[in-house]
Amino acid sequence: MTDQDGRPGPEREQARWFDDEAGPVVRPYAMTRGRTRTAAEGRLDLIALVIAESRAGEPIADQTLSPEHVDIVELCREAPQSVAELAAEFDLPVGVVRVLIGDLLDAGLVHVTRPVPPAELPDAQVLREVIDGLRAL
Amino acid sequence: MVFGRSERRRRSGPAEPVTLKILVAGGFGVGKTTLVGAVSEIRPLRTEERLTEAGRPVDDLHGVEAKSTTTVAMDFGRITVHDELVLYLFGTPGQDRFWFLWDDLAGGALGAVVLADTRRLADSFAAIDYFERRGLPFVVAVNCFDGADRYPAEAVRDALDLDPEVPVLLCDARERESARDVLVAVVEHAMRRGARHPEPALP
Ligand SMILES: Nc1nc2c(ncn2[C@@H]2O[C@H](COP(=O)(O)OP(=O)(O)OP(=O)(O)O)[C@@H](O)[C@H]2O)c(=O)[nH]1
Ligand SMILES: [Mg+2]
Repeated sequence: MTDQDGRPGPEREQARWFDDEAGPVVRPYAMTRGRTRTAAEGRLDLIALVIAESRAGEPIADQTLSPEHVDIVELCREAPQSVAELAAEFDLPVGVVRVLIGDLLDAGLVHVTRPVPPAELPDAQVLREVIDGLRAL
Repeated sequence: MVFGRSERRRRSGPAEPVTLKILVAGGFGVGKTTLVGAVSEIRPLRTEERLTEAGRPVDDLHGVEAKSTTTVAMDFGRITVHDELVLYLFGTPGQDRFWFLWDDLAGGALGAVVLADTRRLADSFAAIDYFERRGLPFVVAVNCFDGADRYPAEAVRDALDLDPEVPVLLCDARERESARDVLVAVVEHAMRRGARHPEPALP
């Protein structure tokens, strides 16, 4: 198979879209305008919940936001979403979702729940509730 | 949808849900995704790359003949204990070259399951070393594949050179009750550890 007009073939396209080791990473970072980190990084654990500061139907006026930002806010208005769930829902790398959430935090459109401090256990009462909940499965 | 009433989203609303996570680790193809799927209320969400299609060297599939893909990112499930307490389960990548994802997964975790297959016990060494070093409470769950010899839990403990306090269980990752019992063992172990070491473990 030759590629007469020099356009990248399907394999080349694949190579650009999918980083070999880490899955699809290249193109989604265009949404973050190339940013791979956010100042909010430390607060955006995979299980931190993103909670909308507005109700469904309220307009989101911020012109600097991309459609992906708006999608995230709209989903979080239905129910709080963990960072991991947002990444899975929009099929985006977690790094990209973190940057987008960082923007939404800066814009005051969402807040996030406090992540568990590293190596700190929740209190025994919470753990007992988890055990009871699991036993009831 | 999961958490119901919309007031919960308002800053002034009632307490926000507490989220916890447990990791499910172990070698390639040992049954991590299966265990997460057995107890999760949602189909495990994941990012998967088909290694064979991407023309990569084929992984060692000894003992996992039917398996042709491997998870390169993470997969996770969710158990809503009640509307203010949600447990997430994360299957860790099964291969050593994806370890860079582990620190992100392990930070703030309640504990971990190391799944082991008696035919390939050495595949669980890396995960055990990692959790021991991090001081993260973990249990070893031996996934009883059909056709694998059944070893008593104590023989597995010796072979893996585990600390006496580390629980070792036999399980069937496909069975909901069995997977649930493994998770209960993790939380109970974390509780005992918490009672004994009130100071946070050093990373
Ligand atoms: N017989 C039997 N088969 C199992 C059991 N657990 C998992 N399997 C099968 O083993 C294969 C691998 O299971 P997975 O859950 O995908 O393993 P994994 O650890 O997530 O694999 P990677 O993410 O690729 O490392 C699948 O075909 C499962 O159906 C078990 O307890 N008994
Ligand atoms: Mg898997």
